[in-house]
Amino acid sequence: MAELIIFSLLHGLVYGLLLFMLASGLTLIFSMMGVLNFAHASIYMLGAYVAYTISQYVGFWPGLIIAPVVVGLFGALVERYGLRHVHKYGHVAELIFTFGLAFLIEEFVQLIWGKQTVGYHEPAVLAVPLFEMYGQTFPAYKAFMLLVSVAIFIVLLVVLTRSRVGLIINAAITHPSMVSMLGHNVPMVFMGVFGVGSALAALAGVIAGPSLGTSPGMAVLLGPIVFVVIVVGGLGSLIGAFVASLLIGMMTTFAVAIDYSFGQFFMDVGLNMDPDGVLSDLYTVTIAQLGPIMPYMLLVLILIFRPTGLFGTREV
Amino acid sequence: MSAAIELRDVRKSFGATEIIRGVNLSIADGERHAVIGPNGAGKSTLYNLITGKYSLSGGDILLRDEVVSGLAPFQINRKGLSRSFQVTNIFPRMSVYENIRCGVLWSLGYKYSFWHNVDNLKDVNDRTVEILEEIGMQARAQIPAGVLTYAEQRALEIGITIAGGANVILLDEPTAGMSHSETDQAIALIRKVTEGRTLVMVEHDMGVVFGLADKISVLVYGEIIASGTPEEIKGNAAVKEAYLGEEVED
Amino acid sequence: MSNISNAMTAGASPSFLRRYGMWLIPAIVVVSLPWLLTSTVAVAVLNQMGIAVIFTVAYNMMLGQGGMLSFGHAVYFGLGGYFAIHGVNMISDGEWPIPLPFVPLFGAFAGLAFGALFGSFSTNRAGTVFAMISLGLGEMMASSSLIFTKFSGGEEGITADRTEALPFFGVEFTTEVQIYYLIAFWVFLAVFLMYRFSRTPIGRLANAVRDNPERAEFLGYSQKWVRFISFTISGGFAGIAGALFALNYEIVTEETVNALTSGVVLLQAYIGGVGFFAGPIVGAVIFTLLQTLMSNYTEIWALYVGLVFVGTVMYAPAGLTGLIMMHVPVAMAGRMGTLTQPYARIALPALICAIGAIGFLESWHHLSAAATGEFEMHIFWMTFDFTSPITWFVFSAMFLGGLWDARRVAPAVADTYGNALHYAFTGEDQ
Repeated sequence: MAELIIFSLLHGLVYGLLLFMLASGLTLIFSMMGVLNFAHASIYMLGAYVAYTISQYVGFWPGLIIAPVVVGLFGALVERYGLRHVHKYGHVAELIFTFGLAFLIEEFVQLIWGKQTVGYHEPAVLAVPLFEMYGQTFPAYKAFMLLVSVAIFIVLLVVLTRSRVGLIINAAITHPSMVSMLGHNVPMVFMGVFGVGSALAALAGVIAGPSLGTSPGMAVLLGPIVFVVIVVGGLGSLIGAFVASLLIGMMTTFAVAIDYSFGQFFMDVGLNMDPDGVLSDLYTVTIAQLGPIMPYMLLVLILIFRPTGLFGTREV
Repeated sequence: MSAAIELRDVRKSFGATEIIRGVNLSIADGERHAVIGPNGAGKSTLYNLITGKYSLSGGDILLRDEVVSGLAPFQINRKGLSRSFQVTNIFPRMSVYENIRCGVLWSLGYKYSFWHNVDNLKDVNDRTVEILEEIGMQARAQIPAGVLTYAEQRALEIGITIAGGANVILLDEPTAGMSHSETDQAIALIRKVTEGRTLVMVEHDMGVVFGLADKISVLVYGEIIASGTPEEIKGNAAVKEAYLGEEVED
Repeated sequence: MSNISNAMTAGASPSFLRRYGMWLIPAIVVVSLPWLLTSTVAVAVLNQMGIAVIFTVAYNMMLGQGGMLSFGHAVYFGLGGYFAIHGVNMISDGEWPIPLPFVPLFGAFAGLAFGALFGSFSTNRAGTVFAMISLGLGEMMASSSLIFTKFSGGEEGITADRTEALPFFGVEFTTEVQIYYLIAFWVFLAVFLMYRFSRTPIGRLANAVRDNPERAEFLGYSQKWVRFISFTISGGFAGIAGALFALNYEIVTEETVNALTSGVVLLQAYIGGVGFFAGPIVGAVIFTLLQTLMSNYTEIWALYVGLVFVGTVMYAPAGLTGLIMMHVPVAMAGRMGTLTQPYARIALPALICAIGAIGFLESWHHLSAAATGEFEMHIFWMTFDFTSPITWFVFSAMFLGGLWDARRVAPAVADTYGNALHYAFTGEDQ
């Protein structure tokens, strides 16, 4: 039991912080520009692929730095030559544009790197178990992922609370209409925000790639959950995104470890259920099987009982 | 005679700032009542409170002796109160005709019907044409509202507001941004369409106010400092000091 | 925009022919098509098209008419399919005496029920928030269909044999053509009903809420109710489409509920033009055709679809129908002639640019996907060596040159169109 809790906690933390690296960029872009970037997870995937290609030539470590920069620049270009063009048609059109972009990125990734998972691996120094407990090992690479995401979290925290840029961003988040009145070059700010948000997503991709596998499906695997995170946390709230990321990270990893179903529960309390009945799906399914849909169930519950999200102020 | 609208100690705060500080106001049936006051006095806030857009921090609002505070805008509207907006607020992608017709449908009892064909509803279409004639826009009926001129959009806005047959009409700066000739036309239009109804309007243009209103209330810093006929207001010392004493401008 | 044409008929009381004439021609075409296109493949494509038409028009009840962008409308399509396929199986088992043509009602029921359920908490707001929620619900149902395998059959899906259901006046729906007529009937019924819906008070108010929810509230309408009703009814029609899918293919899998299906319907509606009632019909027809034809010639057809879609979003947000409709006033004023020459002028470089782009992408695709030792590809009825720099140079040059020239003449072409439009409205040249 202790083993289950410790390992689920650690894996949940790694997964949750990875979610936060994506959710933070998405929230920043959404709060400042009003744009819900559907392609955010695709940019995360792009980060992994670009880093893979770089690692082929110069190894893992330079890729960790160069890939986010390259993809961040790509993001800025997308804003400049794509998004800005559709801005005049409104936020829904912008969302549809980023949806198309997500579709295109996936197709181009398949065109360039193929449909199979590519062999993007952690560096040898991290490809070892960090420690062993109750016969289970915890990989050093996961600890490295944890370290990077914590570092990013701290950097974000410091930048947002201590620096001038952070003040502007905070002002813009709480009073979106005020951005232009601050006398800043709004188009430049938008381009920068989109670029930085993309770079953050790419960094998440770079570190997730070796661990979760770098394949054209990796965007679809994480994207919808990140959207759930920012709604559950409360739109436009970075704290909310953080809490919701950890919550969902923990929830999914713990669920996977629990092989228990309602049917067993009914048996335990003395009720016998027909395992072949029409509705047997509902009680033969185990908590572990429900893991993948738990974030969405949480979303529904939040929408019904707390439409502003955990920390949000805007009603959904 | 019962009041069309009555406000009892109405209060509204945004955070720590109290914008409306205990307003008492009673507007009689059939009266044309103007609320004036300097910028930032809280006129628009008061409007949004009456129409249900904002929730009250304190007090009560009664529409024909019935408490309406706390109801949603659509519920207040169904009780016979309709409003226009300071910023033109129409359905830009729909035709002028459709704009008016959307205002007519609820009041004629079609509600959320998904079995009537709107083109076959004689009462709806007759009423729509009537309103169009009243605001003088029959010729422009099939044009998308978004491409009308500003003055036309303001007229359409008034048309939508009265389309539902509400007894109490609130107009928020109906002549804002209009030229002199346009303003004169607007006054005539408002006079015509509010005949037999209760009108509450917020207006900056003193010509419009004194030309239209039976009674005037002066709102300064969230409080009504004077209320009376145009003559009384003109002669009121407090009003002169707080408001008319400065040069009247918009 | 659709309201302009809608409003033209307003108030008038058109004669029977004028009112139903616009349904007559499509009806004749649809009934006679199987005689013209006799191959089973062609009929199969038509069946796919019909299903896509219902689904896309239902989708546009939300996006175009109601201003709700959904990334999860496959939920109602897929559930309609599952309910229908279970229905067929139950009928085959002799539990219910229902003839096959009525099975789509199972789908309608599923779509309505789940539309009402999910709509009850997701229609408070439109815009991006609604979109996000729809995505979450879509993912939830797609994942669920892999978990609750008794109902969904997991990855293998649920199969049925429609010929084992009850015959309908002796017809057992064994051939493609028989099922074609069944689908065609439902396409007609569904599209007619959806058109009628757009002409009801609630349909009109859906447009009003889309344009300006606040104003609609001050007219006595709750924006949430208006959205909820459109949403639920749209779900019902999507369910009918899903049920027809089930009857046509006799199998329903996870794919009918998943994000790809939800995405494709958005693509179809948008490329066709969401501002017009006919837009999604055009989109569904064109998309199905392209998908079938292109997938015969190229493996990267989805990439081209994506490019066309993004191009539409950026440069023709009113879609294909919008491009056609913007020429209607010009054509009515008899000024199309002034446009032929400039349009031909820009079409040439645009075509060269497109050929260059296609050649470039195909070379790229072959280069990364081909087995070692291969170097030939066949496109444009020619053979190219995709390893040769000359191939790459030629296609790149065509792409860039075409793009450069097209962009150069574009402003003048736009001006000519502007003049023609000005003439159409005012009767005088600018």
